[in-house]
Amino acid sequence: MTSSKVTNVVFAGLGGQGVLKGSDILAEAAFAAGYDVKKSELHGMSQRGGSVSSDVRFGREVFSPMVPAGEADYVVVLAPEELESSRRHLRPGGVLIAPDAVDAAALPHSRSLNIALLGVLSTYLVVPEEHLLAAIRANLPAKVLEVNEKAFAIGRQAGKTK
Amino acid sequence: MSHTRMLLSGDEAVAQAAIDCGVALGTGYPGTPSTEILEHFAALGGKAQWSPNEKVALEVGVGAAFGKARALVTMKHVGLNVAADPLFTAAYTGVSGALVIVSADDPGMASSQNEQDNRHYAVAAGIPMLEPANSQDAYDFLIRAVQISERWHTPVLLRMTTRVCHSKTVVTRGPAVPAPPTAFERDIQSRVMIPAYARPAHRRLRAKLAELAQESEKTDLNTVVGESTELGIIANGVAYMHAREVAPQARFLKLGMSYPLPMQKIREFAASVKRCVVIEEGDPWLVEAIRAEGIAVEGKPEMYRFGELDVARVRRILAGDTSPEPAPPRGKPPALCQACPHRTAFTVFAKLDCIVAGDIGCYTLGVLPPFQAMDTCVCMGASITAGLGLRHVLPEKDARRVVSVIGDSTFVHSGITGLVEMVYNPPKTGHVVVILDNGTTAMTGLQEHPGTGRTLTHQPTGKISFEDLARSMGIRNVHVLDPARDAEGFEKLLAQYLASNELAVLIARRPCLLAAGKIKEYEQAAARGQSCEQCSG
Repeated sequence: MTSSKVTNVVFAGLGGQGVLKGSDILAEAAFAAGYDVKKSELHGMSQRGGSVSSDVRFGREVFSPMVPAGEADYVVVLAPEELESSRRHLRPGGVLIAPDAVDAAALPHSRSLNIALLGVLSTYLVVPEEHLLAAIRANLPAKVLEVNEKAFAIGRQAGKTK
Repeated sequence: MSHTRMLLSGDEAVAQAAIDCGVALGTGYPGTPSTEILEHFAALGGKAQWSPNEKVALEVGVGAAFGKARALVTMKHVGLNVAADPLFTAAYTGVSGALVIVSADDPGMASSQNEQDNRHYAVAAGIPMLEPANSQDAYDFLIRAVQISERWHTPVLLRMTTRVCHSKTVVTRGPAVPAPPTAFERDIQSRVMIPAYARPAHRRLRAKLAELAQESEKTDLNTVVGESTELGIIANGVAYMHAREVAPQARFLKLGMSYPLPMQKIREFAASVKRCVVIEEGDPWLVEAIRAEGIAVEGKPEMYRFGELDVARVRRILAGDTSPEPAPPRGKPPALCQACPHRTAFTVFAKLDCIVAGDIGCYTLGVLPPFQAMDTCVCMGASITAGLGLRHVLPEKDARRVVSVIGDSTFVHSGITGLVEMVYNPPKTGHVVVILDNGTTAMTGLQEHPGTGRTLTHQPTGKISFEDLARSMGIRNVHVLDPARDAEGFEKLLAQYLASNELAVLIARRPCLLAAGKIKEYEQAAARGQSCEQCSG
């Protein structure tokens, strides 16, 4: 937290994939870790299966709630068809986490891809794992918790062996 | 619970502040990006209710504020058009308690039919306006708006925008601000706007605004940040945040109270820097008001009037860059859900080559491929009335192709008067209105409305029957059917009425598939509640 640098993360995918849930969990975890956090996305029409993206920014002090184009440190993409248009968010040297960053066949449920990719992302971030797990537990219903905790672990494993 | 640090959206922050300052009643009509305010207020234990439309919501709020309560009324920007009638005269009457109206504007039109800039309403109606830049402001300003409303006995406009409503940022709660008890105090000359009483009321309003202009000079809602003598930036709302990021070295005048404007403060600020730039989203409203006072400031090039601002665009404005902007990549557009019950209706409209007067909701997506079965969409309720207008003037063979299509929540909002018009001024060829009744306000996220028979918190209440309502108006041909189950029957009936000279209302009823499960749960809970009452009763 000594660095004044803001970490910029963009989540992208299609309506219904859990893009907003994934970014909510990261934002809450970063918040719990003591950072200034801003998170922004557009609701509304996006609920009908269209493209959805969500920005999370954290650091010592964050001003704009939106990640400026070409300044994302990490872009997490949940849908292959969103890969191309999502690259523009990335800064030079930034990290793109594509849907195939985890083995889809190994996931306990296809709906948990958002949490699995969050697991991959988490291996790059300074946000402690315990805060991420706590935010997952706070944001998901009990009946899908086990599946998602497993997906998160699979993602972390994939991230560490990258 | 005070001084708790929280991560809240602007909407949630307004709701939390409403709880913390004892708002007695929240009313509104769902509309992106304002919807979550009342939902969150209710979830926190506040008394919140959906009204059939924004005019009704505001009038209920006005009444509550006449009773010395603190009232909160929420709507999206276009909702304030519907509520404009009570707004302008409530500025004359004033209030005994507090009345705060949230207008959630949508620059860039993430989910709206226009990007009107509602700051003009504060000037036109003559009510003070506060503009939060983040969730902390949203929390603080709601409470400040209540205090201004109570001190000057005026409605206050809390003007938010999509990025302020929906962005989550850190909020620290303040101490609770207890509300005074409610009471009715008779004040006929202030509250009954016959011309004789309204003339002095207008003069009182202008005197009040002069006092508020003095307050605007003094208040810490309008703050100066930074020391630069080179670059000064005057900004409001989220544009202030973008500008802080782009030009951290600049001196800022952040306008939290943007009507009445603190012109003396602005004059001094502009004089304190070599270059003074106004950064605002939407219309050149601030810059024109400031220039009208003879203060030299730079504005933004016209191209930045359109759409939202962001860091990149503010950077361009400060650099005077008017080169074409990179086109945003075309994402996948939204579409009607695969199993949406509305799909059949649009397939049939296309097949019968109908001229479709459409309306506002999910089903507006019927305009996109594969259907392309919508020809007009203007505002809530205009399907019925614009369809009637077309019927009145088109040659007979084309007039017979016109059908009006409207959703259930939109019908309650502004469609009922259209039906009255249809009965009162029937076109020679008759007319057909199709109400797509999916049992919820789907577009904004599955809110209840008077046609569902459930309150904002999904409790059973009085229910408006569309078929009974239409029949009571004297419309003889009223049919309830499920096109998803019987597409042929729907097509046959529609074709039959298009060929006749009759007035017809076809109610296509099948729950939204996103809401069906929840609706069943609410109904089961209501049934359980009733049987328990019977046991104990």
